[in-house]
Amino acid sequence: MTTTAAYQVSHLDALEAESIFVLREVVAEMERPVLLFSGGKDSIVMLWLAQKAFAPANIPFPVLHVDTGHNFPEVLAYRDQRVAELGLQLVVASVPEALANGLVRESADGMRNRIQTPVLLAAVEQHRFDALFGGARRDEEKARAKERVFSFRDEFGQWDPKNQRPELWSLYNGRHQPGESIRAFPLSNWTELDVWHYIARERIEAPSIYYAHEREVIERDGMLYAVNEFIRPRAGEERFKARVRYRTVGDASCTAAVRSDADTVAKVIEEVAATRITERGATRGDDRVSEAAMEDRKREGYF
Amino acid sequence: MTTETTAEVGAEAASVRPMDLLRFATAGSVDDGKSTLIGRLLYDTRSLFTDQLAAVEAVSAARGDEYTNLALLTDGLRAEREQGITIDVAYRYFATPRRKFIIADTPGHIQYTRNMVTGASTADLALILVDARKGLVEQSRRHAFLCSLLRVPHLVLCVNKMDLVDWSHEVYEKIADEFTAFAAKLDVPDLTVVPVSALHGDNIVSRSEKMPWYEGPSLLHHLERVHIASDRNLVDVRFPVQYVIRPQSTTVTDYRGYAGQVASGVLKPDDEVMVLPSGFTSRIAAVETADGPVPEAFPPMSVTVRLTDEIDISRGDMICRPNNAPAVAQDIEAMVCWMDETRPLQLGGRYVIKHTTRSARAIVRGLHYRLDINSLHRDESAGELKLNEIGRVRFRTMVPLLVDEYRRNRTTGGFVIIDETTNRTVGAGMIVEAG
Ligand SMILES: Nc1nc2c(ncn2[C@@H]2O[C@H](COP(=O)(O)OP(=O)(O)OP(=O)(O)O)[C@@H](O)[C@H]2O)c(=O)[nH]1
Ligand SMILES: [Mg+2]
Repeated sequence: MTTTAAYQVSHLDALEAESIFVLREVVAEMERPVLLFSGGKDSIVMLWLAQKAFAPANIPFPVLHVDTGHNFPEVLAYRDQRVAELGLQLVVASVPEALANGLVRESADGMRNRIQTPVLLAAVEQHRFDALFGGARRDEEKARAKERVFSFRDEFGQWDPKNQRPELWSLYNGRHQPGESIRAFPLSNWTELDVWHYIARERIEAPSIYYAHEREVIERDGMLYAVNEFIRPRAGEERFKARVRYRTVGDASCTAAVRSDADTVAKVIEEVAATRITERGATRGDDRVSEAAMEDRKREGYF
Repeated sequence: MTTETTAEVGAEAASVRPMDLLRFATAGSVDDGKSTLIGRLLYDTRSLFTDQLAAVEAVSAARGDEYTNLALLTDGLRAEREQGITIDVAYRYFATPRRKFIIADTPGHIQYTRNMVTGASTADLALILVDARKGLVEQSRRHAFLCSLLRVPHLVLCVNKMDLVDWSHEVYEKIADEFTAFAAKLDVPDLTVVPVSALHGDNIVSRSEKMPWYEGPSLLHHLERVHIASDRNLVDVRFPVQYVIRPQSTTVTDYRGYAGQVASGVLKPDDEVMVLPSGFTSRIAAVETADGPVPEAFPPMSVTVRLTDEIDISRGDMICRPNNAPAVAQDIEAMVCWMDETRPLQLGGRYVIKHTTRSARAIVRGLHYRLDINSLHRDESAGELKLNEIGRVRFRTMVPLLVDEYRRNRTTGGFVIIDETTNRTVGAGMIVEAG
């Protein structure tokens, strides 16, 4: 805690205190919470906060990974390492399995962002989770900027942006009927820069792909995509080596890297503080589909 | 798990100095320029990203707007863009070297008043916008009243669209006077008035040359400097127990900690405390966080308190001081803002009250009056409160609540009302009296 004589806390401490409050509130009031853990920076920080919220006891809920089958190996390894260290129960909702058993079908463009929603919802139903912690931040995107900390979802997992529950002070209403659920967002009020400042302050290890490294890439729609088993150069696209890092970690088939020399947390902070493009704008093919791509996905039950 | 390699350097670079956080909300009638003002504030402080700006420029251009509609920066929902109004609160973030800001841009339309209340409930400061051409309208008064009811500690009246009234000093004075007179009837501890043009950026980030008669600071200058540290209550110790931490572990044995966020006051080891509703007293053995014990805890810290005695404490109990305790009450008088369009609040109505970390079934025992927002007249013959109506209500709760007057404590004085049949949040209450 950074405090001064005047009983002030730093803004990072204020954010941490608020997030811990939300985590505890969900565990106290909901029956079967689960934390969405992708190995991305937001979910890493959220898991870190969960550890702090219940210490010295263990984290009192399992983690859920929606595995699109398009993974960065470094991130999967990180996930498994973290799960082992904390002795967590890991539930994997697998898109490849759902494809194999016919729950979903591959979409025409090969992107799995949309089809992961039914897979997530099936896992929620199977395990009867009634509260899902998500690492979404309101500064990420204009539809997220509108969402409550406790976001009510109907029995189809859908968000109704025109009919959200009033949410006053820190009194969160998690009441729901069987089958309905709450998405809880402890990091609602954090920005990308806050997340990195916190990673630095707490000395949290993040997957290596968040730091600058050499990678073979191609340029597509103005973004740099790593050449891997999911992304192959198309006609006219040339492979080349570049020094890059990832600002977000999502589905490996639609998440792009950015040119960067930031190979330490300090340099990442400098870079993020100076950047003029949002993280999703810089790296996400899936958000470019339409003006309201995120809102539409959220209505369908996405995070 | 930590790495001493990459993270080490970062920790120093990011030595985060205690920069404070100001939460503010917009308020005022529909179309008076709230979202435009927020867009302008973000634009002129260079807080916008190029892709965000490009996206709203493209939408504006496609719609044939003559200028880029900066309101689109916060009006992010499909329906909002179709209708050209704000429907629900948008949260935006920016920082200057002096402060960090969390903005809640709220809707002006009366239908969405509950969303305005949502945004204003946590605000340190509210910007009330008024269109200089129209002056105060009912909705400006309603929002000003709600801000005072919610005890937003600082209000700023922004007389907007000054460009459309020829930057007229008289128009400004007239609105400022009228608002000041109205505010005098309310409980408004701090009021500042600024003439602005949200569209053109006058007096938003820097002082405008168009209005030499105005001698005050720009809006941003005020937001950066308004004194908020004293708004917190550091006197009354109130620690609502949120969660009991009792590790089932072979390495940590006999641990019992009471986790929660300090609502007010300062807690220190060795302090004598009382636990409500039981009334048992004990001493604080330690105030802990995951990083170890701390010498004291105060708002808004989330901590775990351990006591020297084994007493039965659970979620919903409150730790306070023996000589300074909240009321233990089942009869509660509150100002209620009703937020449900389907069913009005009625005498004899049964609800659930959620107050701090405690919930209780409650029945409406009395409706003293309904308030007319324009005249502040009290209608004592009212039999119900409909959507967006405000009145003074008496509740009887099934179990005691541990309450303070809202004017003394925003956390232990506020509650929400939940309809058990729909699970919706249907009202907000601010405690006036408990007995
Ligand atoms: N000329 C002029 N027009 C303005 C000014 N501020 C806002 N406007 C215009 O007023 C209209 C409404 O502005 P908004 O910012 O959407 O109003 P609002 O208060 O956010 O409205 P709601 O959120 O729906 O209550 C838009 O067409 C703006 O361009 C101003 O200072 N001068
Ligand atoms: Mg608006």
